[in-house]
Amino acid sequence: MYSFDIQRPTTIADAVAALSTDEALPLGGGQTLIPTLKQRLSAPSVLVSLGTIAEIKGVCTGDDGAVCIGGGTTHATVAREASSYPALADLAGHIGDPAVRNRGTIGGSLANNDPSACYPSAALASGATIVTNTRSIAADDYFQGMFATALNEGEIITEVRFPVPEKAAYMKFEQPASRFALVGVFVAKYADGVRVAVTGASENGVFRWTEAEAALSSNFSADAVPAAPSGDGMISDLHGSGAYRAHLVAVMTKRAVAAAR
Amino acid sequence: MTKVTMTVNGKTVSGEVKGNTLLTEFLREDLRLTGTHVGCDTSQCGACVVHVNGEAVKSCTMFAAEADGAEVKTVEGMANADGSLSVIQQAFQDYHGLQCGFCTPGMVMSAAALLKDNPKPTEAEVRDYLEGNICRCTGYHNIVRAIMAASGQDVPAVAAE
Ligand SMILES: Cc1cc2nc3c(=O)[nH]c(=O)nc-3n(C[C@H](O)[C@H](O)[C@H](O)COP(=O)(O)OP(=O)(O)OC[C@H]3O[C@@H](n4cnc5c(N)ncnc54)[C@H](O)[C@@H]3O)c2cc1C
Ligand code: FES
Ligand code: FES
Repeated sequence: MYSFDIQRPTTIADAVAALSTDEALPLGGGQTLIPTLKQRLSAPSVLVSLGTIAEIKGVCTGDDGAVCIGGGTTHATVAREASSYPALADLAGHIGDPAVRNRGTIGGSLANNDPSACYPSAALASGATIVTNTRSIAADDYFQGMFATALNEGEIITEVRFPVPEKAAYMKFEQPASRFALVGVFVAKYADGVRVAVTGASENGVFRWTEAEAALSSNFSADAVPAAPSGDGMISDLHGSGAYRAHLVAVMTKRAVAAAR
Repeated sequence: MTKVTMTVNGKTVSGEVKGNTLLTEFLREDLRLTGTHVGCDTSQCGACVVHVNGEAVKSCTMFAAEADGAEVKTVEGMANADGSLSVIQQAFQDYHGLQCGFCTPGMVMSAAALLKDNPKPTEAEVRDYLEGNICRCTGYHNIVRAIMAASGQDVPAVAAE
């Protein structure tokens, strides 16, 4: 790793101030950033640890019934405490392994927007709101392609609000070595329609499978899931071709619909 | 350099660390607690698992500065006060839960974290919990048996005995 200083502010305001210096980066749980630093793919001069900011940790219920998760909340805490949204708690409880879940945070996962990460599919399928130190961003506007988001430099995810659906499930076809999603599909059924978000498959990162949404909104059953989308623009690598991933999108959507509760 | 102070295996320790000093480096190189192993240094293998404030974490994927003020427990802190092996460690010996022993510190720390939250896990729960602990020798069966035995549950006779 290149050398850098670590700061440990205890308030959002202090963190924002610390991040205003050039080449400062927020440090969440470090479960993505530390491996990246070890490979010298990133060279910050200052890391601003968010781990000591109590106000961005924890799970609560908003006035509108939404599950509100602080941006610095670990996957393990979400798995334990987001019980009013079981599909979300289940997703968090199957990220990586227990030690990763004890450090990694929802804010870090959404800020990183890895094309194979789990949380982006939950946020997009739930129509979640990503709240930062300056504004609120709708999930539909937030994800902007592989590793790209609407966040500005130095902007911190302080909270993520998930409207709770009538039924939902996340189905992940694991890449066995990394435990990330080879393909993961999050299906959420709301009173006003069904949303289907797919991770791991597209070269543009997480996306909504609108054909499936339309079909499932009129008939919420596994049989209603349309034929697999085209493999064009799907990730092709040694773990699976684009066509294979496209096939998995339909299979995992069916499984998610069947498992939704 | 920043000064860090933490409790490691019940003792208060301090040291000067750089921003990029990993917790593993602080434990192994500064404190000379070499029981915590570095198998991969890429967050995959779990040989470096220690407890920070009671939770299992990969010490190769956390900075020493982040552990300032924390309670850290390593495999060196697992033995009983009289130096005899703890129940989990003894079970690893009794059930041949190790061969080369490289993964063992992480396995023991993960097992301890599991049994704290779930004192009587099923075999499936043990295997699931060990997802991030890789062993290149044993094939896992005897590790799982050792943890089942350490939880006070019956385990099938071990063929190797
Ligand atoms: C072995 C292993 C297995 C894994 N398996 C999975 C898996 O199955 N599914 C999955 O989804 N993920 C998986 N991950 C990734 C894991 O979920 C990470 O925790 C997550 O991607 C990043 O979160 P973090 O808190 O560790 O962020 P960090 O690594 O600290 O940061 C990641 C990026 O986000 C920025 N950042 C961090 N917090 C914030 C914030 N609050 N606001 C703004 N920017 C922020 C940082 O500057 C950095 O650019 C795995 C990781 C490992 C090591
Ligand atoms: S050395 Fe830390 S996970 Fe392998
Ligand atoms: S005993 Fe050799 S790696 Fe597990």
